[in-house]
This record gives sequence, C-alpha cells and structure tokens, in this order.
Amino acid sequence: MFEQSISTLAQKLRNKDISSVELTRHFLARIAKLDPQLNSYITVSEQRALEQAAAADTLLQNGKGSSLTGIPIAHKDLFCTQGTLTTCGSKMLNNFIPPYESTVTSRFQQAGAVMLGKTNMDEFAMGSSNENSFYGAVKNPWNLDMVPGGSSGGSAAAVAAGLAVAATGTDTGGSIRQPASFCGITGLKPTYGRVSRFGMIAYASSLDQGGPMAKSAEDCAHLMQAMAGFDDKDSTSAEQAVDDYVANLNAPLTGLKIGLPKEYFGEGLDSAVADVIMTAVKEFEKLGATVKEISLPNLQLSIPSYYVIAPSEASSNLSRFDGVRFGHRCDDPKDLLDMYMRSRAEGFGTEVQKRIMVGTYALSEGYYDAYYLKAQKIRRLIKEDFVKALEEVDVIMGPVAPTTAFGLGSKTSDPVAMYLEDIYTLSVNLAGIPAMSVPAGFANGMPVGLQVMGNYFAEAKLLNVAHQYQQHTDWHLQTPTMAKGA
Amino acid sequence: MNWEVVIGLEIHTQLSTKSKLFSGAAVGFGAEPNTQTTLVDLGMPGALPVFNKEALRMAVMFGHAINAEIGMTSVFARKNYFYPDLPKGYQTSQMDHPIVGKGYLDVMLEDGTTSRVGITRAHLEEDAGKSLHEDFQGMTGIDLNRSSTPLLEIVSEPDIRSAKEAVAYVKMIHSIVTYLGICDGNMAEGSMRCDINLSLRPKGQKEYGTRTEIKNVNSFRFIEKAIYTEIERQADILEDGGRIVQETRLYDPEKNETRSMRSKEDANDYRYFPCPDLLPVVLTQEYVDDIKATLPELPSQKAVRFQSEHALSEYDANVLSSSRAMADFFENANNVAKDAKLTANWVMGELSKLLNQEQLDIENSPVSAEAFGELLVRIKDNTINGKTAKDVLQAMWNGEGSADAIIDAKGLKQVTDTGAIEAMIQTILDANTAQVEQYRAADEDKQKKMIGFFVGQVMKASQGKANPGIVNPILIKMLKG
Repeated sequence: MFEQSISTLAQKLRNKDISSVELTRHFLARIAKLDPQLNSYITVSEQRALEQAAAADTLLQNGKGSSLTGIPIAHKDLFCTQGTLTTCGSKMLNNFIPPYESTVTSRFQQAGAVMLGKTNMDEFAMGSSNENSFYGAVKNPWNLDMVPGGSSGGSAAAVAAGLAVAATGTDTGGSIRQPASFCGITGLKPTYGRVSRFGMIAYASSLDQGGPMAKSAEDCAHLMQAMAGFDDKDSTSAEQAVDDYVANLNAPLTGLKIGLPKEYFGEGLDSAVADVIMTAVKEFEKLGATVKEISLPNLQLSIPSYYVIAPSEASSNLSRFDGVRFGHRCDDPKDLLDMYMRSRAEGFGTEVQKRIMVGTYALSEGYYDAYYLKAQKIRRLIKEDFVKALEEVDVIMGPVAPTTAFGLGSKTSDPVAMYLEDIYTLSVNLAGIPAMSVPAGFANGMPVGLQVMGNYFAEAKLLNVAHQYQQHTDWHLQTPTMAKGA
Repeated sequence: MNWEVVIGLEIHTQLSTKSKLFSGAAVGFGAEPNTQTTLVDLGMPGALPVFNKEALRMAVMFGHAINAEIGMTSVFARKNYFYPDLPKGYQTSQMDHPIVGKGYLDVMLEDGTTSRVGITRAHLEEDAGKSLHEDFQGMTGIDLNRSSTPLLEIVSEPDIRSAKEAVAYVKMIHSIVTYLGICDGNMAEGSMRCDINLSLRPKGQKEYGTRTEIKNVNSFRFIEKAIYTEIERQADILEDGGRIVQETRLYDPEKNETRSMRSKEDANDYRYFPCPDLLPVVLTQEYVDDIKATLPELPSQKAVRFQSEHALSEYDANVLSSSRAMADFFENANNVAKDAKLTANWVMGELSKLLNQEQLDIENSPVSAEAFGELLVRIKDNTINGKTAKDVLQAMWNGEGSADAIIDAKGLKQVTDTGAIEAMIQTILDANTAQVEQYRAADEDKQKKMIGFFVGQVMKASQGKANPGIVNPILIKMLKG
C-alpha cells in the first residue's frame, strides 16, 4: 500500500476501500518499524495524525475533500506547525513549539492531508548530506552506509522508504533536488515566490523555496496544487495565477526543445552518472523532443556567489536566536553578552556557526562591496544566462549532482568537496527559476536524478515533462529493499 | 577663542498609522506590555514583514512638504546588531535608497530673519521595543509593544549654527508633521525624538571639528539646554588644549549635563544590506503627484494667506500659523467674531496667557474656539468692554457657561445710556470738589494726566460697566463746567 500513488489512494479513500485512519496507522506502523534504521523523522505526531485522519474520514464520508484528503504526508521540520515541536534540526530550537502554522502546512491542513510528523534535516537547512543535524544523521534507504543528501534528507529518505506518501522540502541551493536524486524520488523546487515562505524558518530568504517531494511527478503535481499561490503574509510571494498542474500532466512532448548545457557535463561529473543522464535524454528524443547543446557560461561562479549571499542572509536571519524570547538559553548567564555568546555557541552546530561567521564577515564594513555586492552582480549574470538560454529551449536538462550518494562521514572533513556537491543546483536558486529532480536510473548501485530546469512559473511544463518520462520508464517505481521489510 | 557651533539634527518622528510598519498590530501608547504584538513584532522564526502602505503615503507627504526629491525606488535594509529589545537582531530601515531625498526648510528665527536648513534625507524605519530595568530584581523585562512602530527619520545637513536655530527648526518640523496629520507630535510620549550632532570650530575655519552625538532628546526645552551644555563642555575642553572624542552622549535634564554613552571605538558595524524579505518599493509618478495634489495647507502657506485674507501682520500670521491647532482655533473663532485683528489679539494675548499659566496646549483649551468667538462678538458690539471681557473669559475658563450667560448672570452689560452716565459723573464731581478745582486750574498737559483719576472713579462707580468710549468725552465736557 505504501507504494501506491496519491491518485490511487485518493480513489480508494473515496470508494471506502480503506479509511484514512487505517492508511495513517499503516504508515505510523511502518515508521515505528523502519525509521530506527533511517532516522528520517525528528517528531512523529501520532495523535495529531490520527485526529486529522478521523476528520478526513468524516469529510470523505460526506463526499467532500480534495485529492489530498486523508493522505498521510510528512513535513520538513522547518515549517512551523502550531503545537508541534519545530526544531529546524537544531539544538537551538529543541524546545520550540510554534504558536502558529506555516502557510504551506496550513494549506495542506485545509486540503485535508494528514501530517504524520516532522522530518529530519541539516541544521537550519545548511548541508548537502543531512549529517549536520542535532538529531543525528539520516541514512539512505538504498544503502544505510550512504547519506540521503541534504538538507531535506529526512523527507527524501521517508518518501523513498515508504514512511510517508509524500513530503514537503525546502530548497535554498539544491536541498530538495539533491536528496531526491540521492534517494530516487521526484522533487520540485518551484519558482522563487510561487510557494509562500511564511512560517518557514529562514536560512537565506532570497533563495529559500518550499516544494514537494514524492514518488512521481503526478504526486508532486497534487502537492503543488495545494502549496502554490499568493500569500499576503509573504511580501515576496508572487501574485500570479496558479496553473492546473494535474490537468497539464498529459500534454504530449512532441516538439519539446531540450537544452543541454555543456558546463553540466564537464570535469567532476561521475561518468556513470553522465551515462544515466544521456540515456534519459535519448528517451525524451524518442518521445518527440529535440536536443541542442547550450551554454550557461557563469555556472562555475555560482558556488562563490551562493556561498557569499546565502551565509550573509543567514547571519542576519539567525540573529533572532539570541536566547531572549524562545529557543535555547544557556544556564546562569553572568551578563547579557555572556548569555548571547554561550546560548548561541551551545545552540548552533559547527556548520551553522561557520556560515554565520562567513556571512558576518562578508557584510562587514570594508568587505561588503568586494563580497556581497560582487556576489549580487554574479547572481545577475547567472540569471541572464538562464533567461537567454530559455529563449531558445523549453527546458534545460542535466545531472542534479556530480555523483551518486556518498558514504556517511566521507566528506565531513572536507567542506569544499561538500560545497562542490551543489555545483549543478545552486545556479537555479540564484536565478529563481523552477527545477526538478526525476529518477533516471542507477549508477554505482545508487539512484541518479535527472535535473529538469524551466522558465519562471513553468512548473506545469516541468511536471508535464517529468510525468511523460515516467509514463515510459519505471525508475520512479523502484523500491529499496529495506522498505519491503515491513 | 570665538567658537562657531555646527549642528545637524536627526529627528525620529513616529508616524500616526493605525498599525505597525511591518505587521497588523495596533500602534498605541501605554498598553499592557507585549499586548500589541504579532509574530512579526516578536521576531518569531518564520514570521515575515509586510510593508504598511499608509506609512509610505505619509513619508511621501512629508517629502513634498520639505520640497524634496521623492525616492521613486526605495529599498529597505537591515541594520544588524544585538540588543534584547530588538527581537530580530536587526532593525529594518533604509540605507542607500531612502524614500525621501534632498530637501530643505526655511526656518524663521526669533529676530524675524529666515535661514535655510538643508535636509539630507528622510527614511522609514521600524522602532525597537523597550527594556524595563525596574521591578525585575536583577533581570530586565522586555516590552515589545513599540517594536515595529513606524518612524520617519529626518536627517538635516550640518547647517544649524545656534541652539535657538535648532529649536526653531525642530518646531517647524513638528508643525509640518502635525499639519500633515502624519504624527501626533506628542514629544512627552516619544512621538518625536531628536539626536543632536554638534561640533565647534574657530570662527572662520572651513573644516568641521570633531562632533559628538547627543541621543534621544525629547522636548524643545531640553534640545536648547542640551546644546548650550554641550557647547560649553566642548569649548572648555578645546580652550584647555584638549581634543573632543567622537562619541555618543546622553543628556540628563535633571543634572543639566551630557555624559558619555559609548565612543566610536565601541560603535557597531551594522552590516547593512538590502532586506531580502521585502521587495524594493517602486512608486509611479501618478501616485506621487496624487499625494502632492491632496496635500493640506502647510504653515508657511497658511501664514501668507492670513496676511492677504485677514490683513494680519507678518508676525501675527506666523505666530497663529505656527501650529495647526492654533491656526484652526484662530480661524474657527474668527468665523464667529468676524474681526481678524481682534481675534488675533485675543488668541495671542489673553487666551495664550491662560494656556501658559496652566501649561495647556491650545487643543486642550477649556474654552472652545466658537465660544471664544462669541465673547469677541460682545466686545465688538460694545456689550462689554475689554476689561470686563477678561473677567468673562476667566469665568468661561472656569466652566461657568457661555459669554452671554455669564454677562447676563453677573449683570456685566456695559452702560451706554448717556443720561445715566452723566448722572453718574455728576455724583462723582460733587463728591470730589477739591480735585475738580485743581483740574480746572491746571494747564492742558496736567489735565490730561489728571483725567485718569475721574475715569477710574466712574468705572468704579459703574462696576466697570461704563463704556469708556462714551464716558471720556462727557467727562471732559462736564469738567470744563
């Protein structure tokens, strides 16, 4: 049952072949049995889930509700959930129970979805391996010695292992796409501004974007339908009509113009990964698409640009964690400065402290022009590259990451190697365009994600492209062995 | 040494919007701590600011009033520093792209001359909360009601050369923002606070001296006193051959001294950068023009109108237009009295005297403008004379009723019946034969001095009700015999 799609489950719920309470119990039981191996959840909200499931059953009995009513999903532990612990993967928020609900989770509530719990993540969404969590590393369901990717590693692992029908994630520099790629699931980072950031604990405000993580593009379309849309509580959310993502899935791909940026296939790309991507591209040609090589010349600059802008914003966004009003406060502070310093030194992990320091430095007087302003200039160049390329092609394809999932602990001592993991994903956030990770095969025994990038607000096109591919391939239907053990 | 003082002012004006700059919480003074707050004002994780468009409109109004360039694209920036009553760890303000650019004000000084003070910029920013150091036994309480209250910070050029000029400038800003209705002007509640940048240089020198900044001075009187005190302190140091330390100082009104808060070396690096949670504010010309078209009459315009429409002197017109409440009182009273000069004299004279005695603002006058106008009508139509009118005004002030009611009840109606006045005068002349003899024997100059005695006697006998304009000629005639 855990392998079934949202539309199949929705049909069963509507036909009363199964109740939402039964479905929810099924997933809660799977979490209890399998999650000790994965550590994909920080909080399992059993009571809230069963209450929501019972409410969903009532709705369904009255013939009401949406395609998500009664469907058990999980939320990245960065979306504030009223009355349910929200940690952002940090000791700093080990005691933080928000008195409010994020827009994204509240839209899922309104759609009748059931929240199973809150998934593990890199602390404050800073990381590419999910090893930076105060609540411990998450394991990859395909190989428990491997990382699931990050920062939405808990959501990716939970969906891949069938511990939730689908999940939410957030993507600041690849945090939905890279773990989706590593865990063999489908993930979408929407256009910046498409999904409200209200109630999402900010890492880098100009880059952060919530999105769906699920087994298929079709499931992602159902999630997006609920998540997307203008929110007057988020000034950066777009006042743009929301497409019908589900209805658009079946458009044929004949005449689709695909661009392959040569910079995505250069040095550093694992050749086994490259083979998987090229095979996938050939599949699209069979479906009627044409392929041409394009160039995104400033790709290499995305890493330095991102690692100035994101930490700069983070250094400011994370200032509110000062021990004064919520979150961790050190014991027996001797004065104000001591309280600030010890609360933050104790509450934040190493990677977070590192990025706060980098960002503080980059914004400092005398360095601001050389770092922050320059990074913003590069950001504009990167955006222009995409805008130009997307005048010639409908979508851009390439790998999500240069490698498949790597071993736990293998890169923790080499932060630069870890940052290079993000080379193919960062530029999308800097430009603000939408992009997906679509399961396209295996290399080195681990899943490989194909990245599909599109124009601003072209989520419907991306989901359509991915769905058509999934109608002709079964990579997204593969299940890790460990998931079958329950 | 002959020192020249150089002053620049930063005035924080609290805008009188209903809700806060970035949240829907109500703005208000004196509420229970932390009751006027939302997630945004509390700096909760995941909370996001939403810009209050009313504050924008008010800032643009102010820009027009000081002849400024309006920032067609303004950008909010974060000013980062840690303080317990700054919940987000940064203040959202404007740095490189303020909403109001360069402008100026022509300030009228006490001697009647005007001087032009340049205004560098005015920008929107949010206020912080308050730290409460009493009642918490070794701890500090935090009240975030004020957090995110909208402020317009008005930054002047270092164009001001005296304490009097500084006060005149602040009063003018005060008058403009209250005229525009964008600030309640209540300085005691902190609706206007002033930072004073002050340095001295030898007269004739071009370069500025090292300056100090006196923070948060919140009354006209304290601004003046703080400036005098700081001039004296700096002059003493310089004359002893010392150096001024660039620092932030605090004015203590009780001791009338300034003292050091922090020096430049301890100053924060605020790490300003554009706030990524707020989009740049882009205005259309139409929006800016519409606001200009609906701008209320400003003090300087009103003063000109008072001169042309009511034939008032420049001085009277300036005094009466100096505050919107004063101008409104004058115009409303005059609408009833229909005598601008008389109204002006009485508003600036007797009414102001009573207000000063009780330290009341004109908007809190117990006598309304209309009631005041009715009193003036009775002076104009000779029902009472000026002296009686003062007593009637005092009675009105005490809440004894309208002018007519008081005149009736106390029988204060002026005696204008010449027969009655002649009889009264005759009685007085008969009772003072010695003085009458002296008068008749005196020359014209002496007579003029002596007449006052007889007028006084008549007024006393009539209990002040005799009309002096009628008494005088009759008295002179009868004294001649």
